Amino acid sequence: MSMEVFSQYLVNGLMLGMIYAMVAVGFTLFFGVMDVIQFAHGDVLMLGAFTALVTFLGLDAIGITNPWLQILIMLVVSMLLIAVVGALVAKYLILPLKDAPPLNTLLLTLMLGLVLRELVRLFYPDGSNSKPFPRLLPDHELHLGAFSIRADSAILLVAGLVTIVALHYVITRTKLGLAIRAVAQDGETARVMGINFHWIVLLTFGLGSAMAAIGGIMNGLYYSEINFGVGLLLGIIGFSAAILGGLTNVYGAILGGFLFAALQTVGSVMLPLIGSGVPSSYKDVFAFAVVIMLLAWKPSGLIAERSSERV
Amino acid sequence: MLHTLKPSRSLLWAAMVVAFAIAWGVLHAESEFEVGITLVAIVVVVLAARWLRVAPAVGASMNDHPRSLGWACILGVLLLTAAFYDDHFALLLLCTVLLYSVAGFGLNIQFGYCGILNFAGAAFFGIGSYTAAVLTTHTGTPHLLVLVVGGLVSALLGSMLILPVLRTRGHYAALVTIAFGILFKTFLEVNDTLGGPQGMRIPNMNILGWQLNEDIVIGDLDISFYANYAVLSLVLCVIAFILVRRLERSWIGVSMDMVRTDEIAASVFGVPIARMKIIAFTAGNFLVGVAGAVYGLLTSYVAPNNFTFSDSLILVSMVILGGIGNPWGILPAAAIILILPEKLQFIQEYRFLLYGILIIAILLFRPDGLLPRSIRNFFPGQSRT
Repeated sequence: MSMEVFSQYLVNGLMLGMIYAMVAVGFTLFFGVMDVIQFAHGDVLMLGAFTALVTFLGLDAIGITNPWLQILIMLVVSMLLIAVVGALVAKYLILPLKDAPPLNTLLLTLMLGLVLRELVRLFYPDGSNSKPFPRLLPDHELHLGAFSIRADSAILLVAGLVTIVALHYVITRTKLGLAIRAVAQDGETARVMGINFHWIVLLTFGLGSAMAAIGGIMNGLYYSEINFGVGLLLGIIGFSAAILGGLTNVYGAILGGFLFAALQTVGSVMLPLIGSGVPSSYKDVFAFAVVIMLLAWKPSGLIAERSSERV
Repeated sequence: MLHTLKPSRSLLWAAMVVAFAIAWGVLHAESEFEVGITLVAIVVVVLAARWLRVAPAVGASMNDHPRSLGWACILGVLLLTAAFYDDHFALLLLCTVLLYSVAGFGLNIQFGYCGILNFAGAAFFGIGSYTAAVLTTHTGTPHLLVLVVGGLVSALLGSMLILPVLRTRGHYAALVTIAFGILFKTFLEVNDTLGGPQGMRIPNMNILGWQLNEDIVIGDLDISFYANYAVLSLVLCVIAFILVRRLERSWIGVSMDMVRTDEIAASVFGVPIARMKIIAFTAGNFLVGVAGAVYGLLTSYVAPNNFTFSDSLILVSMVILGGIGNPWGILPAAAIILILPEKLQFIQEYRFLLYGILIIAILLFRPDGLLPRSIRNFFPGQSRT
């Protein structure tokens, strides 16, 4: 394989991994504080991308054309709005079902995903077709010896890395992060220690959803288009990544995200080599099959939660 | 003035007459106006039942006379079939409800009794359909046998998941089946031998020389061929229901209930947890597969798009809406979930939106489902203390 093709696969894999990690982190955060799976998370990401698109159209209309300023405003508006959406979901749909069986919450959020998808499809003008997402980043090639990468991919990768480091900082170095970790460890005790459980849950859902908004904008900028149905598969992949990582560990989720992207990339490269009858379109079959096998081997994820059975 | 009604057999029959009258109305309604009137009628009946407080009495009658309830249902479905003898669409809906109920019984064994989550219901349904398609196209297997083989293949492919399902818990187990469902659909889409995204056509069904896909003509009377399938689906549904109830009442059912409620306690009492889970998972997939095989023959066409993750969700929401663990609940839940979106055609675009909102509302305000499972009653018909 030539260096150029290799670098293409590598960049594409890293990019996918970054987006998956953004989604997976949300699942892990939510599971931490509430022990629930927010399955509409992928659709929240889609909503974030559409919010950014609307913001862009608005900025264009009032004559702000500097692409960097546009991206900044899009990020801020989309993250804030989506954080509010996430917190509202927590307040009106997740918290009331705190004592219900987990299956009910799972089904409820799955249905919420359906509702969000349908809302965008029905009420965004011509929403059932893919919408072009503006190319705001410079797209010339950067060369490092034989290795070449497009400037926009490089910027997105760095931005993703910065976001993950920032999240790490928030969780380990701030009071909010401390409170989130306390609630995740033991909600009752955290409450006794004077932490406002209700607010921390809402803030965590806001934080996770804002991450999804960033993921949505990255996804839009990378593929230059956005579709109302993009959230379903992204949500399932993000969930797989979070589960592979162990569901209780934010770093596990990031690891899981990159692992899933690696599986897809390896699948699309290696499968055609097995035999001519196996096209690279089997890559998702391959990736999900490996996920099932990994779970059979490590039933509670790669970075397992330390727990013992209480009777 | 409002005495609480005494549970009795006649009350049960009265309730069933009302239920099937509503079912007839819903199936019959075509224009916006008729559908509107039927919906208003349903609301009135529900409100009246609530005002007269008959619901608990009806529920108790159902528990006391399961045999009468069963006969009432069989009779009701036969009457509906007769009433719509020349209406293709109504009969198709009726068959779909019955077959999805059979699949629902399968899932009910899995998570109603044993607590195993299965989010790949549509995949196992699809395995049944595709098995039927391949067998009827390429071999001369008798068609009744095809149905059984469809179930067996579904159970066999499902057994690939047994190891991960046994080892994982909760959300991790949910992911195993979700991943399998997506894997299955993607596999079908890229696999050319099984028709790819276009799917396959299925030849007509033939049981002992009886052509099921041809209209029956008796003199001037032209009966839709779907009536054949309605009877076949009803027979299948009744057999599946009896099996599920027998299973529930047997020692296997008791052990499964224990495994679901508390695995550790069950193992302390010597219940073989792994064996119970394997039985539940395999038996459930078998039923789903058989239902899928009949459905494939009914529509004489299979395509990957019928077996998506959303279809698995429809199956799961049927079981939850009906009341987890209560096979009786699945029938009305299947009717609501499958017929309502079809009858709401006049709001076309908005029906999935409304459907999503409806399920969310039910989960928020009636989380136990329409007919919650009652406490085990070992000797139906005997008065409880």
